[in-house]
Amino acid sequence: MSTIRVLVGTKKGAFILTADGTRKNWEVNGPLFGGWEMYHLKASPLDPNRIYASQTSAWFGQIIQRSDDGGKTWNPPGTKPEDLMGPDGMPKGKSNEFAYEGEVGTHKFYDGSQHPWEFKRIWHIEPSHTDPDTAYAGAEDAAIFKTTDGGKTWKELPGLRQAKGHLWQPGAGGMGLHTILLDPTNPNRIYIAISAAGAFRTDDGGKTWKPINRGLKSQYELPDPDAEVGHCVHRIAHHPSRPDVLFMQKHWNVLRTDNAGDQWTQVSGNLPSDFGFPIDVHAHEPETIYVVPITSDSLHYPPDGKLRVYRSKTGGNEWEPLTKGLPQKDCYVNVLRDAMATDSLDPCGVYFGTTGGQVYCSPDGGDNWTSIADHLPGVLSVEVQTLK
Amino acid sequence: MIRVVLPFHLRNLARVDGEVQLEVPAPVTPAAVLDALEARFPVLRGTIRDHGTLKRRPFIRFFACKEDLSLDPPDSPLPEAVVNGTEPFLVVGAMAGG
Repeated sequence: MSTIRVLVGTKKGAFILTADGTRKNWEVNGPLFGGWEMYHLKASPLDPNRIYASQTSAWFGQIIQRSDDGGKTWNPPGTKPEDLMGPDGMPKGKSNEFAYEGEVGTHKFYDGSQHPWEFKRIWHIEPSHTDPDTAYAGAEDAAIFKTTDGGKTWKELPGLRQAKGHLWQPGAGGMGLHTILLDPTNPNRIYIAISAAGAFRTDDGGKTWKPINRGLKSQYELPDPDAEVGHCVHRIAHHPSRPDVLFMQKHWNVLRTDNAGDQWTQVSGNLPSDFGFPIDVHAHEPETIYVVPITSDSLHYPPDGKLRVYRSKTGGNEWEPLTKGLPQKDCYVNVLRDAMATDSLDPCGVYFGTTGGQVYCSPDGGDNWTSIADHLPGVLSVEVQTLK
Repeated sequence: MIRVVLPFHLRNLARVDGEVQLEVPAPVTPAAVLDALEARFPVLRGTIRDHGTLKRRPFIRFFACKEDLSLDPPDSPLPEAVVNGTEPFLVVGAMAGG
C-alpha cells in the first residue's frame, strides 16, 4: 500500500505527518528545527527521500537543510568528507549564501525611492524534474537562485530582475518570489510569481524572462490597473499534463490562462470572495481546482467565520463550497499561499494548513475533511509526497 | 584561550554544548573572534554577520564584561578579561520584545 508523507513548514519548526494510503491514522513527527521559521520543504520527484528545506530566522538569517533519508536526519548540504573543512569537519558554510549577481541594482521602495536589493530569506524551493542535485529557490527580495550540486552552492539567474525589476515594489508582506512552476515537458520553460510584482516566464532556462500579466486588473492596488508589472499575484498552479494552462489566485480575483500566461481571464464566478492565497489543481482532473476564499485584503479570515474550500470542476467560474468536516462557525484562521497540496492517489487527497496550526486532509477530492494535526504553530507551507 | 557563548539556535547549528573555546591571534577583537569562530564552525557563516559585507546582523548583539560592545568597531580591542579568558564573549540574539 502507498504511504503519504506530508511536509509541513510552520512559524516555529517543521513537522512530517505520515499515514498509509487510507489516510486515516496519522503519525506526527517534529518539531524539526524547533523555533525556526520553516518556510518550505519539498522533496525531489526523482529521489523522494531527498528533501530540501528553507530554515530562516530574523536573528540568524537563512539556512538550507537537506535530508537524504526521507526526513530522519538533516544536514546543511555539503557533508561528504570532501566537502568538509576545519578540525571538527564542518560544512564549508556556502549553502546559505545567496548573493545577487553583478551590480545589485535597485527596486522601488515604499517611499518612492529606488532601494538596493537585500536578501532576506528563501520562500520556496522547487527541486528539478530531471536531476535530484538541481533545484531552484525563490528569494525575498525577489530573485531566483539555482543549485546544481544538491544545495551546496546557489547562483542567481539574474535575468529575472531585468524584467522591469526597477519597477517592482514590495507590499506589506515583502517582495518574495513564492511560486516556481517547472514545465515537465520543456526544461527551458519556468514560471514564477512574486508578491506585488506579478508572474513571469522564461523559455530559455532562466537566461531571459518576461512579465506575463496581460489580463490582470488591479483597480484598487495600482494606479494603472492594467500595468505590465506590479500586480500582487498570490499563487499560480498548473497540472503537469497541461503545463500551458495556469490558474492564479491574485490579491483579488481568480484567473486562468490557456496560453502559458500570454493572456489571463478572470474565473472568479460565484465565489463569495475572490480574495485568497492558495490555489491548487486536482491530481487527475486538470479542470478541477481549489481555492480558499478569504474575506478581504483588510480581513484575512474566512467570510462569516466559516472555513470553506471552494472547488470548481470546470476550470473556474462555477464553484461549490466544500464544508464537511471543516469548522462552520467562529473560525478566523487564514490559509497561506504555499499551504495547500494534493497527493496522487485515487481518489485524490487534498491538504491544507492554517495559521491556527491545523492541517486538514480530504481523502476524497474535497468532499470530506478531517484534521490530521490540530495544534501546530501557524502553518506556512504544506507539500505532499505519495510514496509507493 | 577565548571563551565564546553562543545563543541556543547557533549552538544547535554548530552542534556544541556550552561554551566554545577558541585560539585567537592578537590583537583580540570582535572581528578576530568571529573569524576564528567561523573558521572552526563554517556553518555559522552568514548567521552572525553578513556573508559579503561581514556586517553584524541587525538582531545580533555582542556582550562582554557587562558591556554591550555591538556598536564598537569590529577591529577594536576586546577587554583584557576576555583576552585572558576570565570573562566570555557573548553572542546574543536580541530581545524580540512583546
